[in-house]
Amino acid sequence: MEIIKYIIKRIIQTIPLLILVSLISFFIIRLSPVDPLAELKLNPSVSPETVEKERSRLGLDKPIIVQYGKWAFSFIKGDLGVTSTGERVSQKLKERIPNTLLLTSLVIFLTWIVGIPLGILSAVKWKTSFDRILTILTSIGMAIPSFFFAVLLLLFAVKTGWFPIGGLTSPNYQELSFWGKFFDMLHHLVLPVTVLFTISLAGLQRQMRGNMLDVLDSDYIKFARAKGLGENVVIFKHALRNALNPMITLLGFEFAGLLSGAALTEYVFQYPGLGRLILEAVMKSDINLVMASLMMGAVMLILGNLIADILLIITDPRIRGAQ
Amino acid sequence: MIKDIFTQLWNDKFTKIALIILGLIYFALLFADFIAPYTKDFSDRTMAYVPPSVIYTIDENGKLSKPYTYNYIREFDQDSLEIKYKLDRSQKHYIKFLSKGQPYKFLGLIPMKRHFITTDDDGRLFLLGTDINGRDVFSRILFGGRISMTIGFLALFVLFPIGLIYGGISGYFGGKIDMLMMRFAEGIMSIPSFYLLIILASILPPGMTSTQRFLLIVLILALIGWAGFARVVRGMVLSIKNEEYVQAAQSIGASKLRIIIKHILPQTTSFVIVAMTLSVPSYILSESGLSFLGLGIQQPDASWGNMLKEAQEFTNILYRPWLLTPGFLIFVSVLAFNLIGDSIRDILDPKSKVR
Repeated sequence: MEIIKYIIKRIIQTIPLLILVSLISFFIIRLSPVDPLAELKLNPSVSPETVEKERSRLGLDKPIIVQYGKWAFSFIKGDLGVTSTGERVSQKLKERIPNTLLLTSLVIFLTWIVGIPLGILSAVKWKTSFDRILTILTSIGMAIPSFFFAVLLLLFAVKTGWFPIGGLTSPNYQELSFWGKFFDMLHHLVLPVTVLFTISLAGLQRQMRGNMLDVLDSDYIKFARAKGLGENVVIFKHALRNALNPMITLLGFEFAGLLSGAALTEYVFQYPGLGRLILEAVMKSDINLVMASLMMGAVMLILGNLIADILLIITDPRIRGAQ
Repeated sequence: MIKDIFTQLWNDKFTKIALIILGLIYFALLFADFIAPYTKDFSDRTMAYVPPSVIYTIDENGKLSKPYTYNYIREFDQDSLEIKYKLDRSQKHYIKFLSKGQPYKFLGLIPMKRHFITTDDDGRLFLLGTDINGRDVFSRILFGGRISMTIGFLALFVLFPIGLIYGGISGYFGGKIDMLMMRFAEGIMSIPSFYLLIILASILPPGMTSTQRFLLIVLILALIGWAGFARVVRGMVLSIKNEEYVQAAQSIGASKLRIIIKHILPQTTSFVIVAMTLSVPSYILSESGLSFLGLGIQQPDASWGNMLKEAQEFTNILYRPWLLTPGFLIFVSVLAFNLIGDSIRDILDPKSKVR
C-alpha cells in the first residue's frame, strides 16, 4: 500500500515536467523563422482545404500563447496534424515508435546481461590483468563514434554478405511464416544492436565496477568477511544488492543516451525508427512531424526515468524511508 | 596545483602516451598551413577520388634515390565501365621539403609560401588521396581538425560559466527559486539531447558566413550541456552553503552574488576540472555527428565530421577507404581525452578507485 502511494505521487510529479517540456519544444520551434505550413503549401497533392484546416488547427493568425494552447489541446486529444506529404503524423509515429523501443530495449537488456557480470568480475579482480584489459577495451568502446562504427559495420556487411544492409524487414517479409518473420527481423537487428551495445556497454560496465568497488570497501562488507562468510555469499548476497541500486537510477540515463545514440545509428542503417523520422522531418522542415516526434522522444525519456524510479522505490527500502 | 597534476599524469604510462598523441595532433593543427602540402580550398577537378600517392625511394634501376612520386592519370575502362587511375610513369616528381608551393598566411599573420612537404609545380602529392572535388584529404584533415578539436573546448567555455552561476544561484537561494530553476533545467534534460541538437542546428538560417555558423554551433552545443552540469553544481552548493566560512562571509554583510562567486563556487574547482576533461570528448563526438548529417559545419569548410559525410555512400567506403581516415582520428583523439580524463579524476578524487 505504502509503495503504491509513492508510485502514484511520483507519477503525478511528471505532469508539470511534461507541460514544461512541451512549452520548451514549442517555443524553440515556433520562434524559428520557418513557416510551419510552407512545405504543406508547396506539395501539390495536398488539397487547399487540408492546409486551411491545419492553419485553423494551429491558430497561426492568433498570438503565440493561444497557438500553444491550441496545439497542446489537440496533442492531448491525439490529433497531431498532417505531415508535409499529407499523411497523419500519429500514424507515422505509431509505425516508428515501436521499432525504436524494440531496438533500445534489446540493447538495454543485452548490456545489462553482459555489463553487470563484467563489472562485478572487474571489481572482484581489481587491478589484475583481467581488470586492466577490460578497462582498455571499454575505453576503446567508449571512443568509437557511433556513426563511424555503423559505417564500418555496413562495409563489413557489404563485403561478407552475411547481414542485410539496412532496414528492419526484407522485401518478402509479408510472405514469411511467423518464425520466418521473427528471424528476418532478428537478422536485420544484429548490426544496429551491435553498434549501440558496444557503445553503451562500456559506460555500464565501468559504473557497475565503480559501485561494486565502493561497496566492497564499506564497513559492513568488512564485517561480513570478518564473520567468516564465504566470498561468494559476501559478494552476491551483501554487496551486489547495494551496488545494483544506483544502476537502476542509471537505467533512465541509459535510455536517454540510447535515444540520442540511436538517431545516428538508425540513420546510417536506414532503420525505421523515431530517430530517423525526426532527422528526415528536420531535413524537410516538416514542422508538425518535428514537434510531435520531439514531444514523443521527451515523453519516452520521462517515462523511462519514471519506470527507473519506480523500480528503485520497489528495490530500495531506504528511498521509501527518506520520502 | 596544475603542475602537480601534470607530473602525476606524466608518470602514468597510458596517460603519457595519450598526452603525447594529443600534443602531436594539436601541434600539427596549429601549424596546419605549413605542414599541409596544399591549402584548404585547393582543388584539382581532374583529380577526383585519386588514391593516395605512392612514394618511391628506390628507382626503376634498383638504386636508392631521392624520394619521388608519379602523378595519376584518369582512364575510362570500356569493359568494366569504371574510371581507373594509373600511374604516369613518364615523369618523376621529386618530393621536396621546405620548398615553395601555394601561398598562405602562417598562423594567419605572416604571408609565406614554403610548405613542410611538397612536390614540383606540375606534380601532385596526395598523401591520403583526394575527395570528390579533387581536394587533398591530408591537408583538409589538418584544417578540419582545427574545427573539430576546438569546438568542444569553446562550447565548454560558454557552458561552464552558465552552469556554475545557474547552479550556484539555485542552490544558494533555495526554496521557490531553486524549485523553479531546477524544474526548468530538468525540462531541458528531458528532451533527448541529440533530437534537440539537430532541431536547433536545422533552424539556423541559411546564408551565414562560416565563422557565424561555427560560433552558433558552439552556442547550440553549450545550450544542450549546461543543464546537467548546473544540476550537479547545485547539489554541491547545497552542501557547501552551510560551511562556517560562508556564514562568516554572510555575517560581515557580503552580498549574495559575492558569496556565491567568491566563496562557494571556487570550492567546486576540482569537480569542474574533472567534468571539463571528461566532457570534451562528448562534444567532439556531437559536432562530428552533426556535421556527418550535414547540419553542422558546411562545405567548403572542413571538419572531421563533414569529411566523413562522403563515407555515407557504399561505393566510397568500398573503393575509396582513404576517405575514412577522419573517423580514425576522431576515435584516437576521443580515446586520448578519455584516458586523460580518467587519470585526472583519479588524481583529484583520492577516494575513487576507478583506475
